Amino acid sequence: MNHLHIALWGVLPYLVLALFVGGSAWRYRYDRFGFTTRSSQLYESRLLRVGGPLFHYGLFLVLGGHVVGLLIPEGLTDRLGVSEGFYHLNALLVGGAAGLAAVAGLAVLLWRRLRVRAVRAATSRSDRAVYPVLLAVLLAGLTATASGAAAGSYDYRLGVSVWFRSLFLLDPDVAAMRGAPLVYQLHALLAMALFGLWPFSRLVHAFAAPLGYLARPYIVYRSRASSAAAQRGAR
Amino acid sequence: MTRTPHKHSERRSGSAPIGRVMAQVAMVMNLDKCIGCHTCSVTCKQTWTNRAGTEYAWFNNVETRPGQGYPRGHEDQDRWKGGWRLKHGRLVPRSGGRARRLARLFANPELPTLDDYYEPWTYDYETLTSAPLGDDVPTARPRSLINGAETEITWGPNWDDDLGGGPARLAADPVLKQLERVGQKVRLEYEQAFMFYLPRICEHCLNPSCVAVCPSGALYKRIEDGIVLVDQDRCRGWRMCVSGCPYKKVYFNHRTGKAEKCTLCYPRIEAGEPTVCSETCVGRLRYLGIMLYDADRVGRAAAVEDEQELYEAQLDCFLDPHDPEVARAAEESGIPHDWVTAARRSPVRALISDYRIALPLHPEYRTMPMVWYVPPLSPVVEALSKDGHDGEDPANLFGAIDALRIPLEYLAGLFTAGDTGPVEAALCRLAAMRSYMRRINLGQERDCSLAAAVGLDAERMEEMYRLLALAKYEERYVIPTSYTGQVPDPDAAADTGCGLDGEGGPGMYERPGETFHALAPAVGRQDGEGGENEADEEDGELAGSATRGRVNLLNWDGRGRPAGLFPRRRGGERA
Repeated sequence: MNHLHIALWGVLPYLVLALFVGGSAWRYRYDRFGFTTRSSQLYESRLLRVGGPLFHYGLFLVLGGHVVGLLIPEGLTDRLGVSEGFYHLNALLVGGAAGLAAVAGLAVLLWRRLRVRAVRAATSRSDRAVYPVLLAVLLAGLTATASGAAAGSYDYRLGVSVWFRSLFLLDPDVAAMRGAPLVYQLHALLAMALFGLWPFSRLVHAFAAPLGYLARPYIVYRSRASSAAAQRGAR
Repeated sequence: MTRTPHKHSERRSGSAPIGRVMAQVAMVMNLDKCIGCHTCSVTCKQTWTNRAGTEYAWFNNVETRPGQGYPRGHEDQDRWKGGWRLKHGRLVPRSGGRARRLARLFANPELPTLDDYYEPWTYDYETLTSAPLGDDVPTARPRSLINGAETEITWGPNWDDDLGGGPARLAADPVLKQLERVGQKVRLEYEQAFMFYLPRICEHCLNPSCVAVCPSGALYKRIEDGIVLVDQDRCRGWRMCVSGCPYKKVYFNHRTGKAEKCTLCYPRIEAGEPTVCSETCVGRLRYLGIMLYDADRVGRAAAVEDEQELYEAQLDCFLDPHDPEVARAAEESGIPHDWVTAARRSPVRALISDYRIALPLHPEYRTMPMVWYVPPLSPVVEALSKDGHDGEDPANLFGAIDALRIPLEYLAGLFTAGDTGPVEAALCRLAAMRSYMRRINLGQERDCSLAAAVGLDAERMEEMYRLLALAKYEERYVIPTSYTGQVPDPDAAADTGCGLDGEGGPGMYERPGETFHALAPAVGRQDGEGGENEADEEDGELAGSATRGRVNLLNWDGRGRPAGLFPRRRGGERA
């Protein structure tokens, strides 16, 4: 049992990280053309207009929640005068709402993908692998959040978060994760599966988030010479 | 061709200093000569969009006007939000600024759906031969190319061609609706209707809104020749360009998830050749040439308050290459001398700035389009002749241009944001040219007063006639070869392939079973043949330079890969 836990919480994260970083670099090097959202809006717009923003904005909030929950130690919020009760109520309400939005959005998108014939026909093999994992991650996470509602429930900030931070110190605290409830462990495992699939699926479009657009002049000029050189570099 | 200094040459807006001079390969289409044969569309499609994913995309299309156009009603910017608008005197994409665009990233509310273009289809041809013996003749039923399901064909790329569909369909023309809003009623009944053809390609605008709304910065305007292109490796499929272009000339390849658009056939232009649509135009109505313009004036010109002044404002951006100061500034900006010379001979410049008979398409979108149109005179002449008048008599013609308010208003709705003045002036010049040349052809005396009446002299009138009516190949297309071409280094020789190659990309390629409307390629028979062809090619290389690198497809049997079609990789291995 102990070996299994060491493998899952001490070794696997690093393998996934290597796959995630190496895979993304490989994809960017050899398949820049494939870095796209592969949008299906041309086929169907009405459902996407509901599901797309709901899912993505929900996901952004969920991401923000994870950053706060995993990276900020409990000691820091205590010192800032944020009470334990207030923190968890916040995590439960805001986190729960964000998670629900993301799941609802994904449900609309999945329904659309299955029921709209053109969208279904355009579904790739990697999509078929990614969507179930994505849905499972979200549901496990939502369950974990909901389980926090019970009084005296598991405080992930003293367990999962400690383990997560310890990964980056190259000293994985396997024991911290070992004591976590099954749903948290499941959530973490599924998330690792998702990150492993990431570079090989359409999820790479997240790397293309066009934040530079905010600072760019409207009209882009490029020289013929520079694009020819870029072409050469890419091949 | 030498030309005397012109009365109507480009004004340099007083003594405004010349800023950064840029060159643009521009096009003019003479609508009087368009017969609506769609050859340009078909050859363009065969060249660029004959692939799965772009079945519905026509980089070049020919619309019948009045008509809804393609995609349907694309000119209705209240709905599609293409182009620019003025917000407190500043130019903002009509679909909103940067933050608003990013907020709409996950579902673009202004994106046309496939229904707005048309759902591409094929036919179930196989049942024609595989149907069991029976009393009925088997039929090939239509099938959607998008999802393979049986489909009803309810719209197509030219559904309202030649006013097809009648008044009910025509009434949806956004330009007609605009006219109606200002109290103009256009007759749509067949016996009273007028129509003409409007071939459209990407406008390669000076102030392109598709470029402005692209979050990834994948769309760009080329400095050297002004061609607007999509970098396929940088496009991330956010689809903003599709809705941002008011002409709806950026298409979304639904297979690759990338935007694609008219490239002005840049590989041809770079070699000094006209675009495919121009080359194959049966009516010889397309003109290609260089326009020099002052890039520093574009922003201000596009932000002119009154929409009807945009045409003049754009004319003011153009520079006269005959002006020695302009020529000097151009060379300082890095434009080579042969480009300045080509700009002097540019037929496009003559039609736009010199004769002033070419007009921009929808200047009110504020994108400063660079494909201009000579408005059609034909409906006027036609209408006069029908009434028993001499359609080419100058007195009748000039009067009629004014009297036939409806086409004039409609044309103004297309070309000058509703200002009939420039359209009328252009039509009068064309009418005067007809009358003037008719006298010559009938052996009568030259009537210089006809030329003078429209502000031209006899010599320029005849030059204009030559350019418009005779339209010699070398006068229609004055395209200098590209100028950043450095001396090719031997290492780069392997990279001479088209930059648009690649799986699913717009370059010509074949992926078994996925080639648009094509049979699956036969396999095999390659090896035995290969060695032989290899030898042939070696011979060809030895034989000399003229045929090196060329592929002779005439003796290719259609199987496998003809030798030499693809450049060789380093180390002799085939790419």
